[in-house]
Amino acid sequence: MRSATLRFVVPPVVLGLVALVAWQLLVVLGDIQPYLLPAPTAILTQLGLVLPVLWTSFLATGANALIGLIAGALLAISMALLASRLSFIDDLLTPVVAAIAVVPIVALAPVLTTMYGATSETPRRVIVAIVVFVPVFINTLRGLRQVLPVHRDLMRAYAASNWQISRTVTIPGALPYVFTGLNIASSLAVISAIVAEYFGGLQNGLGSRITSAAANSAYPRAWAYVFGAIILGVVFYAATLAIEKAVSRRST
Amino acid sequence: MSHAIAVQVSHVTKIFPVKKGDGVTALAEVSLTVNAGEFVSLIGPSGCGKSTLLRLIADLDQPTSGAVTVFGKPAHQARLDQDYGIAFQSAGLLPWRTVEANIELPLQLHRVPAATRRARVAELMSLVGLSDFAANFPDQLSGGMQQRVAIARSLAESPELLLMDEPFGALDEMTRERMQTELVRICAETGAAVVFVTHSIPEAVFLSDRVVVMSPRPGRIREIVDVALGEKRGEMLREEESFFEGVTRVREALHGAPTEARPDNAVRGVDLR
Repeated sequence: MRSATLRFVVPPVVLGLVALVAWQLLVVLGDIQPYLLPAPTAILTQLGLVLPVLWTSFLATGANALIGLIAGALLAISMALLASRLSFIDDLLTPVVAAIAVVPIVALAPVLTTMYGATSETPRRVIVAIVVFVPVFINTLRGLRQVLPVHRDLMRAYAASNWQISRTVTIPGALPYVFTGLNIASSLAVISAIVAEYFGGLQNGLGSRITSAAANSAYPRAWAYVFGAIILGVVFYAATLAIEKAVSRRST
Repeated sequence: MSHAIAVQVSHVTKIFPVKKGDGVTALAEVSLTVNAGEFVSLIGPSGCGKSTLLRLIADLDQPTSGAVTVFGKPAHQARLDQDYGIAFQSAGLLPWRTVEANIELPLQLHRVPAATRRARVAELMSLVGLSDFAANFPDQLSGGMQQRVAIARSLAESPELLLMDEPFGALDEMTRERMQTELVRICAETGAAVVFVTHSIPEAVFLSDRVVVMSPRPGRIREIVDVALGEKRGEMLREEESFFEGVTRVREALHGAPTEARPDNAVRGVDLR
């Protein structure tokens, strides 16, 4: 176990360090200007300076992403459950979901920001929820339709009720698909929460900090916030993976 | 249930509708009686409707005309009353449930109290020789072991009738023979009637009291061969004269003529139309 952990952790860490050293050498030896590519040491210095602000921005964007993710995923899962049960809901939703899937968030963000006013977090959460909805809905519905004919026959032979069939066969069978959707959605949630901040509104999140730092030509600082954004994405992705692992074998 | 007749199939026709034309006649005017405690195999080439017949008895499909009764009740009522246990060619275990939980499934669905459930599951696991694998998941078992779990599950509610659709079809020959011996033992212990679909002549002869030989297009019963090789069916039976004689009789019934007259490779009943 311990050596396995080492084998999984050490190589990527070594690669990361090598890349950082190479980056530093490239900037120093190549005399590259900070507005093109700041040195890792410069970014690290900035990281130290802005850490308190970075932390609050991290939490602000993280909260938006999390709330949007949960709301969008819950809505998507319940809609998928309905659609798998009632074919008219399926017929109603399929074109709507196709429409939602092609809505560009860059087009939607300014509209929603205006709608809810510049001091509200709501537009960002709504955007995250919309973006999250599509992959979770599509994957969950696919999972719910994946019931093997032999399982269907078996449950019919047992004269099981619809609810029993859902609880013992359909929903547990769909769980891996739900998590495929959630894994995609967790990264999308962070990305869209950050992008949503590019279009005005409150100046409290990572996205706003990145744009304002870049606008002030403070490139190492902008990069420090980008680093924060990467960490946020990794946290979300790892958390969904961990939940998936915990749930997958225990469900009945 | 003191019914002397487990399954009564009377003049059953099953036509599957197709997009164009009159539909496919899977079964035409089939009648069959299975007595309580009797082991009956359905054998025939693909397309002879043997699986369809089994599905009609299980009320997984409905006949186009004719009637199916199970222990004197319409098949539909018998299904609602859980009068039969069923096993399919693929074990059909739920992969996210342990062996124990899979066997427990029908008991749980029918709200059997937890303590009774546990005792029954333990009993069934020792019956199929899987007590050591209670906590394993299906993907950790071999195909033969999975099929044993499926058989234990079909026996969970001590049914007086077992419906089996090629349950050993996907197993290798050695596992298959061992499973057949086990099935004979289990049937002797439980006294259940069995309707067993197979395409293997030796399997049908080894297991059955009677072998129902069917022919395709449309599915019909060609002949019913009495084999009944007696109570003590062990591995030795496979080398006895009576076994070979049974195999020959079923084969001849399948081909509709003595096999000596035909070349060896004409073993397929499909060739006869």
